[in-house]
Parts: sequence; structure tokens; C-alpha cells
Amino acid sequence: MTHATATVDLMRPPFPAEPGSGVYSNKLGMWVFLASDVMFFTALIGTYIILRFGVSQPWAHPNAVLNVPLTAFNTFLLICSSVSMVKAFAAISNGDQRGLKLWLLITILAGASFVGVQVVEYIKLVGHGFTPAGYREGSLLAEHAVSDPVKYGAATAGLYGSTFFTMTGFHGFHVTCGVISMTYLYLTKVLPGKYSRQDYRGIETIGLYWHFVDLVWIILFTIVYLI
Amino acid sequence: MHWWLPLKGSTFAGDIDGLFLAILIITGIAFVVVEAGLIWFVIKYRQRPGRKAFYTHGNARAEVIWTTIPAVTMVALGLISNHYWVRIKGRNSVPANAYPIAIHAKQFEWQVTYPGADGQLGTPDDFTVRNQLHVPVGRPVVVHLSSEDVIHSFFVPVFRVKQDAVPGMDIKAWFQATVPGQYELGCAELCGMGHYRMRAQVFVHTPEEYDAWMKQAAEEAKP
Amino acid sequence: MTSVAATARVPHAHHDDRSFIRKYIFSTDHKIIGIQFLFVSLFFLLLGGVLAMQMRWQLGFPGKPMPGGGLLPESMAAGGVILPEYYVQLVSMHGTFMVFFAIMPLLVGVYANFLIPLKIGTHDMAFPRINMASFWAALAAGLLMFASLFVPEGGIRSGWTNYAPLSARPDLSGVTIGELLWCVSIVILGLSSVMGSVNYITTIINHRAPGMTWFRMPLSVWALFITAILAVLALPVLQGAAILLLFDQTIGTHFFDPVAGGQALLWQHLFWFFGHPEVYILILPAMGMVSDIVANGSRKPIFGYHSMVFAIIAIAFLGWLVWGHHMFMSGMNPTLGSSFMVSTLVIAVPSAVKVFNWMGTMWRGNLRFHVPMLNATAFVAMFVIGGLSGIYMAATPVDMFIHDTYFIVAHLHYVLFGGSLFALFAAIPYWFPKMFGRMMSERWGKVHFWLTFVFYNLTFFPMHILGNAGHMRRIYDPTQYDFLKPYQPMNEFISISAFLLFATQLIFFVNFWYSLFKGKKAPQNPWEDNGLEWSLPSPAPHGNWERVPTVYRGPYEFSSPEVSDRDYLPQNEKRPTDREPASTTAPSH
Repeated sequence: MTHATATVDLMRPPFPAEPGSGVYSNKLGMWVFLASDVMFFTALIGTYIILRFGVSQPWAHPNAVLNVPLTAFNTFLLICSSVSMVKAFAAISNGDQRGLKLWLLITILAGASFVGVQVVEYIKLVGHGFTPAGYREGSLLAEHAVSDPVKYGAATAGLYGSTFFTMTGFHGFHVTCGVISMTYLYLTKVLPGKYSRQDYRGIETIGLYWHFVDLVWIILFTIVYLI
Repeated sequence: MHWWLPLKGSTFAGDIDGLFLAILIITGIAFVVVEAGLIWFVIKYRQRPGRKAFYTHGNARAEVIWTTIPAVTMVALGLISNHYWVRIKGRNSVPANAYPIAIHAKQFEWQVTYPGADGQLGTPDDFTVRNQLHVPVGRPVVVHLSSEDVIHSFFVPVFRVKQDAVPGMDIKAWFQATVPGQYELGCAELCGMGHYRMRAQVFVHTPEEYDAWMKQAAEEAKP
Repeated sequence: MTSVAATARVPHAHHDDRSFIRKYIFSTDHKIIGIQFLFVSLFFLLLGGVLAMQMRWQLGFPGKPMPGGGLLPESMAAGGVILPEYYVQLVSMHGTFMVFFAIMPLLVGVYANFLIPLKIGTHDMAFPRINMASFWAALAAGLLMFASLFVPEGGIRSGWTNYAPLSARPDLSGVTIGELLWCVSIVILGLSSVMGSVNYITTIINHRAPGMTWFRMPLSVWALFITAILAVLALPVLQGAAILLLFDQTIGTHFFDPVAGGQALLWQHLFWFFGHPEVYILILPAMGMVSDIVANGSRKPIFGYHSMVFAIIAIAFLGWLVWGHHMFMSGMNPTLGSSFMVSTLVIAVPSAVKVFNWMGTMWRGNLRFHVPMLNATAFVAMFVIGGLSGIYMAATPVDMFIHDTYFIVAHLHYVLFGGSLFALFAAIPYWFPKMFGRMMSERWGKVHFWLTFVFYNLTFFPMHILGNAGHMRRIYDPTQYDFLKPYQPMNEFISISAFLLFATQLIFFVNFWYSLFKGKKAPQNPWEDNGLEWSLPSPAPHGNWERVPTVYRGPYEFSSPEVSDRDYLPQNEKRPTDREPASTTAPSH
């Protein structure tokens, strides 16, 4: 077997033989995985659409129960983290180790903050009485629902809670997995300088995942918080 | 023991059985062609000393023929089947003068509510009987199906009628019985451990018998 | 020509200094992973059979104490007589184990893993560690599901299809922990499937040997590739559904609960949107492997190779559009019934094309009936019956009568046993030499084949007749119904045939295990086949090739006029007239 690593661009396969896809395997594999994740969120979002538009009674107004402005900020934060991810990618494609370290760290911190804000929001919501089963008896929201059943979607609160927590919860889980993965790469590959202009496949691959997670959030934010 | 479909007890039994027979003929021909062909090949082309296989990668004309014939057959079958499907289950298939009966399925029995003398469901003269479906012969009947708990399925083999009863939904299923007699109804969707005994008796009466039964049953059902 | 990135992490094929644990337990070698799937899945196949035997005892001899029934707890079998709650558990867990832990892993977990790198000419999968994780996840899922049999109340009782709201309500189904375990197990199994599929797809796209163009890949690889695409897109939907069900069971959500606005039919749509592609996952690899074996047994190229590829793609594509045919009587909009009927009838066409092409392959061949060919031929004969019986249920008015009767049970067993399992009975002895370096016994393979073929048809063909009579599915005691009492002798006949069928499988299991240790040592290419795997020693070594082979032709060049002294021509054998494939330094993105 021969080794000729210096002369082959690992960012631009094919390797070893037939032309294949022209996309290196880590990236191709990530695309395939993302296709599966699209189907997973399709099942959850499809369920939400079927259930919401299958009931005749009113659905709660988003700002009655949820903190739309805070979540809008959180959305902005996540979008910024996608931008910082792009900057990290651009940095290493030019061989800029410092740039990679800086921008990837910003991405990780922004992602972690997003999760943090979500956790805080969940705690507040549950405190007000919003649970996956609907408005908890005797809670603040349950009282509001009695006095204004249309605005608070009293009749559909069970479905509202079910769909809200499931969709945002699994999204949050995906963000958390992304943050953990990026942190792992940061500690084991980025800080020791293992990526280079010749090989930064891991950064591009995790970047793809991160952008996917961001895109799913934009869709979720729109349908859950704005509509 | 009967090898074929049960007694034809409703107006759509003839249509359904006819379609079944048509499919049996089509699939029967396909079956014979393929299986006889396989048996023939297995014998005729078995390995023998000095034989060589015929080297070919295929035949485009054969591909066209054996794609087109099944495709045309399937499309024709679809069109014919759809004609009957719309008549039996379509949105507007329930005849206007159909006699209404409400059936509420629950673990593990059928609660059958009759409209009483006024022929209308939802009025005070309605009465409910457990596990007995009485219908008049020669008159369309529309069953309003509902479920108390889980999914059940209303199935009367001789009528060829089957319709799932789904909690949260009110579903109509209609049929017209043609042969007086006593038959059975079974649940055709696994609904729990008592699924096997969710059985009801079905009685198809002549109009006179039906009136007589109705009067008697309404009396018995009075609290 | 350098094969650079392939060397980046390639193990040395000529010496192997890994520890026992790394070689055989926590192995990243695709061949070992395939073999691990094989051993575990054969266990679940046997378990599924044992559950079926108990069901058949109750159906054949209702109310009589079952031999060995005394071993069961009283809550399941009072005095050895199976109780209704146990019967519905048997029904549900038989289906669950057979579909998810026997047939799917036997076809995909075993053969996608074992065959793909060998047949496309590469050292291993694209992501060997993820591949290893996919096996251990599948095993974990299997153990959870197995554990559900032993918890209080036992496993699920709502059918392998686990319809809501019955499945969401322990108070109505009688099962609490068993349902939770089912849902969690399914989610983990889905993860295993997705991880495997990511590997299969990436490896096939990017790691084919020089000269292994798309249309020189064996049909087994095509089928596994398309199956992997189906899996990647379908399993996540099932995972979603199982999670929603789990939440309904535990944290008080209302997805499937009509009282709070949920919809019972939502489960069915989600489940069958996965479930129909799933059944194509269960048949396509079988069809692919049968193609390889029929061509080999006929000593002829596959008839209509391109049509076969397009048929696989058509079946997979159309498979996404037919899920509602499981729901014709569900209460869904009847107009949907019409559209699903049409798509379902159309999907019969590519399947028919495949059957005719297999026949075309055998036509004017020089047929060798080794055990794999016997089973592959039976596959064609039995799959046809299963496929044709599907047409009855595709015609919605007829389905009104036969839905949820034994006609459906007959159909599904003709395609899954007559189809998939016979294909496995062909594939296992066929690739056994490459896996283990030994041959399974031809003689006992033939005995097993003939007995299985006879008892299998005696067991399942009469079920069509029971279906004609209106015999419902999943019924603990058919004698409750007057209209079914006359069919009790037939139920008894089916049960006895089933017992004989099960007993016959012991021949297969003994043959398999005995041959592992004492089978005749296998030559490199016992079947005189053309695939790349046969250019390696038996068993194939770690890393497969030191240097990846070069491919000069398609996989089915049997009885080629190019060679006069033999009737096969391996893909990687260079003939004087062959040119090297085009340069492999391809354009960048």
C-alpha cells in the first residue's frame, strides 16, 4: 500500500476509485443523516398540523401563553450562531487556526445560551401551569383559560401543550447534541490544532448539522410562536 | 365446510363477489402461467452434460409486453373497482331513505340503538339492545357507528359490510339485506383481550316480522 | 494509481494483531458485524416461531392445556390453557419480533453489512465505528423487547401494529410496562437502522472499486442501496410515532386521545407511512439476493438487468404512495380510498416485471439446483402467490370483506415467509462459505428445503379459504362464532402443519450450527460465481483486499462466449480485450 497523503486534497475526493459523488464521505453521510432527521421532524410537525387544523375550537394565541419576544431574541441568537459557524468554516478553509478557535467557541456559547434560555422558558411555563397535558388544574393559566377561553384556547390546551413541548423539546435535544458534539471537537481536534487548510472535514460536517438545526428552529418558531 | 364466500346476504354481495371472481380469474391465469412456466423450465432446462446456457442479457420487446399487459389489467381493475367503491362507501352513497340504526361499540359489546316507531334516531322512542342487530329485508339500512373507548370494527360477513368504529368519529355504513335469516356479526379490529367474544347476532326480518319485533323490543326496553 | 484516503485508516489485510475482544466482540469489521446480526437475529427468528406455535396450539385446540403450558405463569395460562390476554400478547409479540428483530435484521443487518463492501470492492464501510454502534443499538433494542415478555402483564397486546387508542391506554389494554418497553425499543431500533443506512448509502456511492460503475453493481447491492434509502426516510417516522405514543402513555399528552382533541387515526397514518415502505425493506433485499442466486443457478446473465434496477426503484418510489391501503376501512375519507387503490394496483406492475425477468433468466439456462437455487426458485413461486393475493385486497370493495381476515394473514405470510424467509434460506448457505470458510450440508439443506416447502404451503394456503369464510384475525377462540365452527377442522389442520413446519426448521438450525464447526472446508469460489467476494479466500480476511480490485464487466457474465472452458467470468478477471477503467481522478465539486 502506498501513502501519498501530501498530494491528495481530502476536501475534494474522489477516493479511492470510482468517481462516486464528488462529496467526501463524512459530508455525504451527514446529508443522509439529515434526510432522516427531516423525516423525524416531518412526523412531529405533520402531527401538529393535522391536530391543530383538525379541531374546530380555537387554538391559544401564542403571546397569551408563550414569551414571544424572548424567543424571538433566542431565534436571533441561533441565527447568529449559524453565522459564526460559517465564519469558523471560512477561517479554517484559509488555515486560520485562531479564527477557527474564536468563531467555533462563539458558536458553542451561542448554542448553549439558546438551550439555557429554552430551559428557563420551560421552567417558567410549567410554573404558570403549562404542561404537555395542558393547563394544570389550579394554575394561573387554568384560571386565565376560564376567564378568556378563546385567547387561551381552553378547549385545545391539551393538544397545545402536547405539540408545543414535543416539537420544541426534540429541537432542543438536537441543539444540545450539536453543542456537545462541537465541544467535543473543540477540545479534541480544534484546540490541539488538528484541523488544517488541507483537512477540515469535521468542521464542515458539524456545520451542516448546525445549519439544519437552525433551519428547523426557524420553521418551528414561525408555526409555534407566530401563527 | 364451505370453500367459497358466505351466503350473499346483501345487495352488494353480488357486486363484491363478482369482483372477487374476476380477480380470481385474472390472478388464476397469471398463477398458472408463472407456476407452470417455472415447472416447465425446471425440468426442461436442468443441467445435463454437454448443455450450455443461452447467453443473452434480455429482450426489450418482452419487457414492453410484460409491463404493458399487467399495467393495462391493473388500470382496468382499478376503474371497475372504483365504480363499486364509490357506490358502497362514497360520500354520497347512503340512500336517502335508509333506515337509521346507531351502533355504539365498546369493550366488549355492541350497543344497538333503534329509532323506534317514528323511524328517527335521537327521539324519546329510541331504545337500545345489546348484541342484537335486527334489520328489515329489502330496505337500505344506515348504521351510525361510534365507539366508547378503542377502535372496533363492525363486520357482518353475509352483508359483506365492514367499517371501523373509531372513538371521536361518527361514521356511517350502509347496506341492504336481501335474505331473511339469522346471522352473525364479529369485531374485526383487535380491541383488547375480549376481542374474540365481541359477537352479536344479526336478524334479517320480513317487514311484518320486523314491525312485530320492534313493538315487542320497545316494550321490553322500557325502564 | 493511488488509493489514498482508503489507506488513511485501512487495516492491514495480511496481518491482524487485534485482541480477541476487538476482533470478535467490539469489532468494526463489517463482516463480523454482519455475523453478529446473524446470530442474534436467528435467535429472534426462533423466538418468533415459538410464539407462533403457542398461538397455533390455541387455535387448533382451543381450551386444551398446551404441552409445556404449565411452565407459564397462571395469569397467562391457567392450568396450562392459554388465556385470552396471553393469546393477544402472543399475536402481538410474534409479529413484532419477526418483523423488527428477525426478518429486517437478517436481510439488512446481516447482508447489507456483510455483502456491500465485498461486492463493490472496498475494505470496509465508510463509517466502521458507527456501523458497530448500529449493531449494539439493535441488540439493546432486542433485549428491551425481549425483556417485555417477562415484566408484569408481559408484552404488548395490541398487535404488532399497536393501534391507538388501545395502545395509549394501559387501563384498556392491560399493559403498562410492556408498552413503554415496546416504544423505547422501537426508537432505539430506528436509530440502529438509520446508522446502518447512512453507512450503506455512503459506502455504495463513494467507495466502489475502479470499474464498478452503477450498472455493473450486482442486483443484491442495488436492492440494499434502495432499501437503505427507504429505511433512512421511513424509520424516523416510526420513531416519531412511538415517541408520541410513549408520551400519551406517560406524560399525559393527547396525540391519539379523541377526548382531548387528539385523533385515533393519526397513529395509523404515521405507522403505515412507515409501515408500507417497511414491507418493501423486507422484500427488496430478498429479491436482490435471489437475483444473484438465480443467475448463478441458471448459468446465465440476469434477464433484463436494467429493467430489474428500474423495477426496484419503481417499487421503492411507489411504496411511499400506498400506505392508505392498510386503512381502507378505517374511517378515512373514501376518496383517499380510491387514490390509494390506484397506487396499490400500479405497484403490482414492477413486481410482475421482476417475476417475469427471473423466469427469463431461467429460460434456456443450464439449471443447477444447489440448495440456494432450490430456495430461490421457491421464492419466485411463492412470492407470486403472495403478490397475486395482494390484488384482492388492493381492490377496495373486495377488501371490505377480506380486511382483517385470514386472507390477509395468508398474504403477508406468503410474501414474508414464502418470500423473504425462503430468500434467506437461499442466502444463508450461499454466503456461509465466505463468512465461515465452511459449507453447510447440501444433503440436509435439500431435506430441509423439501419438507419446509410442503409444510409451509399446507400451513398457509388454507388460510386463504378461512379468509374467504370471513374468519377474523387475532381471534382467541373462533368456535365462539357459529359461522366459524365448521372451519375448526381446518384450523386444526393448519396447526398441525405448522408444528411440523417448525420442527423441520430444527434441521436448518442444526445444519447451521454443526457446519460452523464441522462443515466441509470451503473452496474460494464454491458456486463458480462472478461477484467480487468470490475472488477472496473463504472466509474473507479482515480488510478484504490488500489492494482493491479493478472491475471489467457486469456481475452476471455466465456462459459468456468470451470463455470456452468455463461458464462463469468473474467481474475482476482481466481478459486480453479488456481496457482499464477511465482515470479515477475525477472532477472536484
